[in-house]
Amino acid sequence: MKRSLSVLIASVALALAGNVTAADFKACFVYVGSKTDGGWTQAHDIGRLEAEKHFGGKVETVFVENIAEGPDADRAIERFARSGCDIIFTTSFGFMDPTLKVAKKFRKVKFEHATGYKTADNLTSYNSRFYEGRYIQGQIAAKMSKQGVAGYIASFPIPEVVQGINAFVLGAQTVNPDFKLKVVWVNTWFDAGKEADAAKALIDQGVDILTQHTDSTAPMQVAAERGIHAFGQASDMIAAGPKTQLTAIIDTWGAYYIKRIEAAMNGTWKSQSTWDGLVDGILTMAPYTNMPDDVKAMAMNTEAKIRSGDLAPFTGPINKQDGTPWLKAGERADDGTLLGLNFYVQGVDDKLPQ
Amino acid sequence: MQLALVRRQYPSRVLSVFTPFIAFGLTLLAGSIMFAAQGLDPLVTLYTYFVEPLIETWSLHELAIKAAPLILIGVGLSVCFLSNNWNIGAEGQFVVGAITGSALPVLWPDFANFATLPLMLLFGVLGGCAYACIPALLKTRFNTNEILTSLMLVYVAQLLLDWLVRGPWRNPEGFNFPETRIFNDAAILPELFSEYGRANWGIVFALVAAIGVWLMLRKTLKGFEVQVVGASPRAGRFAGFSSSRMVFFAFGLSGALAGLAGIAEVAGASGQLRPVISPGYGFTAIIVAFLGRLNPLGIVAAGLVLALTYLGGEAAQIALGLSDKVVRVFQGMLLFFVLATDTLIHYQVRVTGGTTAGDSRGDR
Repeated sequence: MKRSLSVLIASVALALAGNVTAADFKACFVYVGSKTDGGWTQAHDIGRLEAEKHFGGKVETVFVENIAEGPDADRAIERFARSGCDIIFTTSFGFMDPTLKVAKKFRKVKFEHATGYKTADNLTSYNSRFYEGRYIQGQIAAKMSKQGVAGYIASFPIPEVVQGINAFVLGAQTVNPDFKLKVVWVNTWFDAGKEADAAKALIDQGVDILTQHTDSTAPMQVAAERGIHAFGQASDMIAAGPKTQLTAIIDTWGAYYIKRIEAAMNGTWKSQSTWDGLVDGILTMAPYTNMPDDVKAMAMNTEAKIRSGDLAPFTGPINKQDGTPWLKAGERADDGTLLGLNFYVQGVDDKLPQ
Repeated sequence: MQLALVRRQYPSRVLSVFTPFIAFGLTLLAGSIMFAAQGLDPLVTLYTYFVEPLIETWSLHELAIKAAPLILIGVGLSVCFLSNNWNIGAEGQFVVGAITGSALPVLWPDFANFATLPLMLLFGVLGGCAYACIPALLKTRFNTNEILTSLMLVYVAQLLLDWLVRGPWRNPEGFNFPETRIFNDAAILPELFSEYGRANWGIVFALVAAIGVWLMLRKTLKGFEVQVVGASPRAGRFAGFSSSRMVFFAFGLSGALAGLAGIAEVAGASGQLRPVISPGYGFTAIIVAFLGRLNPLGIVAAGLVLALTYLGGEAAQIALGLSDKVVRVFQGMLLFFVLATDTLIHYQVRVTGGTTAGDSRGDR
């Protein structure tokens, strides 16, 4: 009995060892969704695979998917910390407090949490300025729309989503000051049925451009059926609408993951709070398609200006939705304000759920 | 060659004890085939799945955290199911218990003293109990099907929680994110042995509840009433037992325990309310109740086994790259085999039409 048990343990150890290559560094990823969701989590997984490829055999990457936010996340992260991970990326806002808790227990492991705001000596927070892409989209929408009204399928009224809505409207207003935006809240990140219904409702209300802050390709497909244009989200959705997609915001985390893993390997990793944008390569615009050359040129010009820092989407004069002034002419919103953004700018035809 | 199910004159006592084990064995067997089909060594996978989580202290603590709500809810459900009341809405009672219990630390964060936690637990119990009494009232008053009403009320509870954490109860310092403020220290359920792991008092509540309900069912008139009304409502009426009072008792008790599980989960492992606080404990507890033969002590064992499937699934995912869907497949297979083997307690398989035993085995 005892012998067979030890044989079993030995065989298990061997099998596990077989899995582990000669990698001297282990990077681990905790996902909130499925790695094939076609949106958010898939974008992180593509980043993970890029990092793995970049380092050849020197870095082993491991992931765990569909981890619910809450106590389950504590355990998944702790399991990683115990299993010899050198750096752990937790890729959903709701993992923030669990990551912090585990980080306090395992001081030698480095932690990176996406889209949150808490940090520690061994915990960094990182995020992407998705709103920069939204601003470009708004400009394109104002050029392409005949009705002067776009529809926005929104997930949850958190600052990140509100930033996107506001940036879209601000971009559009640079082209057409009277541009209007209708918003539908679907209260989910991923629900093809709900997203499609929202798309249909918006089109029935007269919008002729669609954009979304949800992850399925359903809105793109509805837009294609109805013959209007739309923007993709998180991943390139051109396959769902070859004649429909104008561009898409693609989350490209790979560059960031490579940078941070490298820093951790050569000992230069420091706790920080990063909020990278187009210039850092953390988000990328899909090719500008299905639009005239002058619109394409304008979009590329705006993208270049954002990259160079000449243009910041949230630059005054900007009024709040009710007409009261928010930013004076030339004044730029600071990151603290943006990270807690909970009001609309003028031109949004919706009441922000509070 | 034909197979027939023939009713036994007396239910088999031996089988009624052993079917959960047979079911578990069959699940392991079917699971091994599934692993092998995915190109994994079944032995290694089963080891990672069912043994590895048991050999480390911190992991045992996690097991206790995961098992506590399953046992608490399952014990309550056993009283419901024994008395023929089909409460499918424990998930909703869990959520409502968490909400009513959390009202104190969320709305009065400065009320932090020795009374905070007991009051929270009490509110959680009352909330879950009251919420479970809605389907009980509908059943006794309007003869509504309690399976439907209790299930529908789950969604009502989940949406209520969702609305609260995104709206009036949202953390004022939380950058608009959908979560309540973090509970003050007096509102946190203490850990049992904090230097070794995270297990908290929730598991103690679960064990006390299991023993309490077991004693109630075995030693008291009320327990006898539960079983008589459940087995034969007509006999119950002759005995002078009120079936509508039994409906309220069963729903009330199971709702109270589900509510306690809810507030213990939130005050213990999470420390705040979020839009989703349960990975389906209320539904998994139905499997737990049946796997435990509706016997509170059996439910303790069943709760630990189901908790182990969660932990093992995660371990296997990390160590072997197994899909997380396997956990649910495992739990589904377990329930399937439990229900299937239960048939054998009351029925015998007979071969009719004169064939050899070998053939019939092939057919089974």
